[in-house]
Amino acid sequence: MAAAQFEVPKLSDTAYTKVPKIQEGSMAHVKTFPAAQPTQDFLGYPFELGDDWKERVIDRMGQTLKKYRSLRVFMDACVHCGACTDKCHYFLGTADPNNMPVARQDLMRKIYRRYFTLPGKIAPWLVGAEDLTKDTLNQWFTYYHQCSECRRCSVYCPYGIDTAEITMAGREILNYAGMGQKYSSEILNKVQKIGNNLGLPGPALEDTLLGLEEDIEADTGVAVKMPLDVKGAEIMLVTPSADFFSEPHVESLIGYAKVFHAAGASWTLSSHASEAGNFGLFNGNYETMRNVAMRIRDAALELGVKRIIVGECGHAWRVAYAFWNTLTGIGYGGNDPFSIELQSKLDPRYKQPMHICEYTWDLIEQGVLKFDKSLNDHRTVTFHDSCNVARGSRMGDEPGGQFTIPRNIIRAVVNNYQDMAEETIGESTFCCGGGGGVLTDDLIEARVKGALPRMNAYNAVAQENGVNFLALICAICKAQFTKVVPYYGFDMSQVGGVHQLVSTAIKLEQD
Amino acid sequence: MSALTAFYIGLYYVAAIILIGGLAYRVYEYASTPAPLNIPTTPAPITKTGVRFRMFREVVFFESLFKSNKWIWIFGYLFHVGLALVLLRHIRYFQEPVWFWVEFIQPFGMYASLAMVAGLAGLWARRFLVDRVRYISTPSDHLMLALLIAIGLSGMMMTFVAHTDIIALKTFALGLVTFDWQPLPSDGPLLVHLFLVALLMIIFPISKLLHVPGVFFSPTRNQVDNPRERRHLAPWAAALDKDNG
Repeated sequence: MAAAQFEVPKLSDTAYTKVPKIQEGSMAHVKTFPAAQPTQDFLGYPFELGDDWKERVIDRMGQTLKKYRSLRVFMDACVHCGACTDKCHYFLGTADPNNMPVARQDLMRKIYRRYFTLPGKIAPWLVGAEDLTKDTLNQWFTYYHQCSECRRCSVYCPYGIDTAEITMAGREILNYAGMGQKYSSEILNKVQKIGNNLGLPGPALEDTLLGLEEDIEADTGVAVKMPLDVKGAEIMLVTPSADFFSEPHVESLIGYAKVFHAAGASWTLSSHASEAGNFGLFNGNYETMRNVAMRIRDAALELGVKRIIVGECGHAWRVAYAFWNTLTGIGYGGNDPFSIELQSKLDPRYKQPMHICEYTWDLIEQGVLKFDKSLNDHRTVTFHDSCNVARGSRMGDEPGGQFTIPRNIIRAVVNNYQDMAEETIGESTFCCGGGGGVLTDDLIEARVKGALPRMNAYNAVAQENGVNFLALICAICKAQFTKVVPYYGFDMSQVGGVHQLVSTAIKLEQD
Repeated sequence: MSALTAFYIGLYYVAAIILIGGLAYRVYEYASTPAPLNIPTTPAPITKTGVRFRMFREVVFFESLFKSNKWIWIFGYLFHVGLALVLLRHIRYFQEPVWFWVEFIQPFGMYASLAMVAGLAGLWARRFLVDRVRYISTPSDHLMLALLIAIGLSGMMMTFVAHTDIIALKTFALGLVTFDWQPLPSDGPLLVHLFLVALLMIIFPISKLLHVPGVFFSPTRNQVDNPRERRHLAPWAAALDKDNG
């Protein structure tokens, strides 16, 4: 860990994070890197502001207001009650008032009022309306990239105003005007040109999987396979590409493979759809999100699979669960030729798509999987609800299954489990601080400070209950915490996946 | 008919047209703007009945606000419940004979006005005392509270301090709704009260009071959590499927 260029917040004595007094402009200096011409060209955006930037901003804002009811209603409905002001992890960690959800929204709302409402046109001073200037766009660029679109504020707003929707619209308008973010822009290029966010080409993926198969066999004596591009396989697993390459992600990939092996399942990965993540979500461009999601549909049709299962990734699961049916027809209920083409191939006995945790928990309930829980006895585990899973998706048949199913799995494979404080889990969970396109080194200060509320809650169970393992079901959470926990005095080996725990405890039959 | 009466009659017809027409237009705008993606804040109900129940809790009990901040909830709830009772109490000015239950709530409505103003005062105090809320408050936020408190106080003046000529007022109000116009009593508090209420009606469709229709159209609250079973497709998004075919 490099020495921090900023002051790392102090952990509190309790699980809770004290609400700070506001410090205006305290995060104004934290700016993400702008996107360069080649990647913006590919996405169809300018890479710098042209002479007509003002018209483009207003134009795009008007179009977005007509296309999205969320934005349209949220711009009008806020009464400035203040309920959300202490709910954002970035505000709690930085004290910058523009990181309060309502203030972040108002960065756009003041322009909305000025150009789209009568009071803002005739009496801007009265209603907080302001002229659009380059300063406005700079503020947007700064603070719409200090939002992880985690939706915690939307839980607490009396009108359900979701700042994520406004951040997404803000980034889309910025892109359209010529102010893209380097990190997201590059990823959206790689995933569409190469097939995954890491830019890992097919042959390298094949090598990696072969290497992992050898490792597992050396470890366990069992020939667990990681099939790639197998036509006619029953299940296609779509997982974040970090699972192939990064620690601790790869441990979960090994876990999925062991589960499939133990269940005797016919499964495959796809090199074409070697990425579950979809950064199109973060930038609020429907067409881009759809293009990225279409890779999954295309791969499913090409391989002729009957089931689609998604690996541990938070925003990917939100897109898969909530949007794939809409974007690509992966799911049920569509009566149009586009949907029917795919539905006729998929097995209607199963949920489509299915989360790997739903799959594993089903097998555990059926008694198919056997575990030696004592193999996890060196760990005392807690579970971090990833924001997109918690507040943007579901697992199983009941509301809240996204909270119970991963915990059920953990309790089935470990002996020592302890939840973190009630107000920091479930629907109230704090984001890791790295989601929503913020997981880049140029935003490390926001990431470290934004992790404070989660770190306080984790520290409390670490001190009181001896917790030493933070179990996750999100590739971004894993990457973020691995990088950030050392700033707060924890070892990065305390971070890992739920299927890493499964992998440790699962009993495999010798062939 | 005095010029004063004529002015108030005109004012109330204009205000009513703006309020009803403006709100109808907003509702049309919200309803006709597509919601292309399924974005309920989860855990969310998985049936329509469940969504109705969620919306009921939200609108009647301010469930999310209760989760969020007990002080705002207490003040906000005092104000809204007080206002609701006060409004119901006012129905008596527009009917003859008066419904039994409107008669019944009259005394409660009186005390509700106290709760209403107390709630508003609490909400206003937060705009000065809590640094985060001070930061986000605009002049219109303060003026809206001032307007509502002035309406409440001018009304309470007539209830608790200097009674106005209720019979004449009722004749005026009934005349308004039956287009049989009658003179308006020219008491100071009454004229102030009526003027401010008309002002509130006029700014309703162009102000943050749009949270009233808005909450019913909020996709994070009014959508069913069923995206794997149902394909949500906005018309503009469906066009993309055709291109891909």
